[in-house]
Amino acid sequence: MVGILALQGGFEAHARIIRSLGAEPREVRVPADLEGLDALILPGGESTVMTLGVEREGLAEPLRALAGDGMPVLGTCAGMIMLDRDHLGVLDIRTSRNAFGRQLHSFEADLELDGLGEPLHAVFIRAPWVAEHGPEVEVLARVGEHPVAIRQGNVLAVAFHPELAGEPRLHELLLGLNGS
Amino acid sequence: MSDETRTSRDEATFTVKAGLAEMLKGGVIMDVVTPEQAKIAEDAGAAAVMALERVPADIRRDGGVARMSDPAMIKGIQEAVSIPVMAKARIGHFAEAQVLEALEVDYVDESEVLTPADEFNHMDKWAFKVPFVCGATNLGEALRRIGEGAAMIRSKGEAGTGDIVEAVRHLRRIKGEIRRLTMLEDSELATAAKELQAPLHLVRQLAADGRLPVVLFCAGGIATPADASLVMQLGAEGVFVGSGIFKSEDPERRAQAIVEATTHFRDPARVAAASTGLGQPMLSLETSKLESEQLLAPRGW
Repeated sequence: MVGILALQGGFEAHARIIRSLGAEPREVRVPADLEGLDALILPGGESTVMTLGVEREGLAEPLRALAGDGMPVLGTCAGMIMLDRDHLGVLDIRTSRNAFGRQLHSFEADLELDGLGEPLHAVFIRAPWVAEHGPEVEVLARVGEHPVAIRQGNVLAVAFHPELAGEPRLHELLLGLNGS
Repeated sequence: MSDETRTSRDEATFTVKAGLAEMLKGGVIMDVVTPEQAKIAEDAGAAAVMALERVPADIRRDGGVARMSDPAMIKGIQEAVSIPVMAKARIGHFAEAQVLEALEVDYVDESEVLTPADEFNHMDKWAFKVPFVCGATNLGEALRRIGEGAAMIRSKGEAGTGDIVEAVRHLRRIKGEIRRLTMLEDSELATAAKELQAPLHLVRQLAADGRLPVVLFCAGGIATPADASLVMQLGAEGVFVGSGIFKSEDPERRAQAIVEATTHFRDPARVAAASTGLGQPMLSLETSKLESEQLLAPRGW
């Protein structure tokens, strides 16, 4: 069972990919929705809305606990922001919001990710980048000099949207991280 | 490690345009007329704000030609908030849309709430890098707008009334027509496209996918948390609230409550909690008592 934070944002596109991989998605809106999960996705959306929602629902502590216990986690775009030092504090990174600019500067591009083989098609929507990171953070891809895909232990975070391009490999990786 | 110099960036593709709307799903987009209102909206949990010179209720009251906002006001709102900023242009007024694109707004709403500039042609939205959202009262209208390049659709409802009846009518009609199309045989789709006055390739795509190729929000008449829950349960993927927030007694609390009800739309206990003690909603108008020339939804073709 893969939990997808569904307070607001692009959670349905993630659910479609999870289903296509033969796993079952569950929308997460309150702490009780976190019970019995094998993996967790924090989708894109507006990080301001998600921050307010996480606070309102009391989700911060349980989310931190799950990530701390080693549950595989994938954060995309705003999901990456939610995992950073200034939000949930799961990842030792500082992110820069809307770093590429407003919507007119949103773009798609093929990106090579360390360990993934063929380039991945990435959709960047008003995307952030990693402005600063600690020594435990492994950078998997950059745009220019800016890290846009990183991994720290059981947590994978990317600044872009693999789910909008129908790209399943990061989700496969998430499911593969599970229990191994 | 990726070498970015080898990869080309494609901007303003349809995926990128429609992708922003995907990220707004499950959210509330609020009409604002000042930077202060925009900040209140953001702090209450708006997923985006819509900048306009007057909310629809005031446009109804004041009359006259309603146009694109003053660029100074739009810039002030862009500086006040970090969430996406949308702005309205008149139907067919591509020069207003060009101005909004130059201002780098995140979405342009080609809107029937403003006074139409062209009574025959909507804008060619493919000609722009900025994405567009357009209103629709039925599926044919939605598909014509998508055919013209719209990357997001909102059911029109009747803006500035606080009466949900037209929003429900339009949303039910659009969703019902989508369901009907999925039941047709391939050989029946050309006639369906003719009847809908919609592009055949979009009709075929919709029949195969069972959903619109872009995100569908609901607009026009949402005044309470229960209104938001109603239209979400009817299949809207998010809501626009116009006059409903800043024309109510306590805009901040009502904004928070509508955000909460939009997230928890399937949970009546949460909608009940969100609905409690919000003060007076906006002053409302019963749509069925309006004269036909006062209606906004029939604008657009």
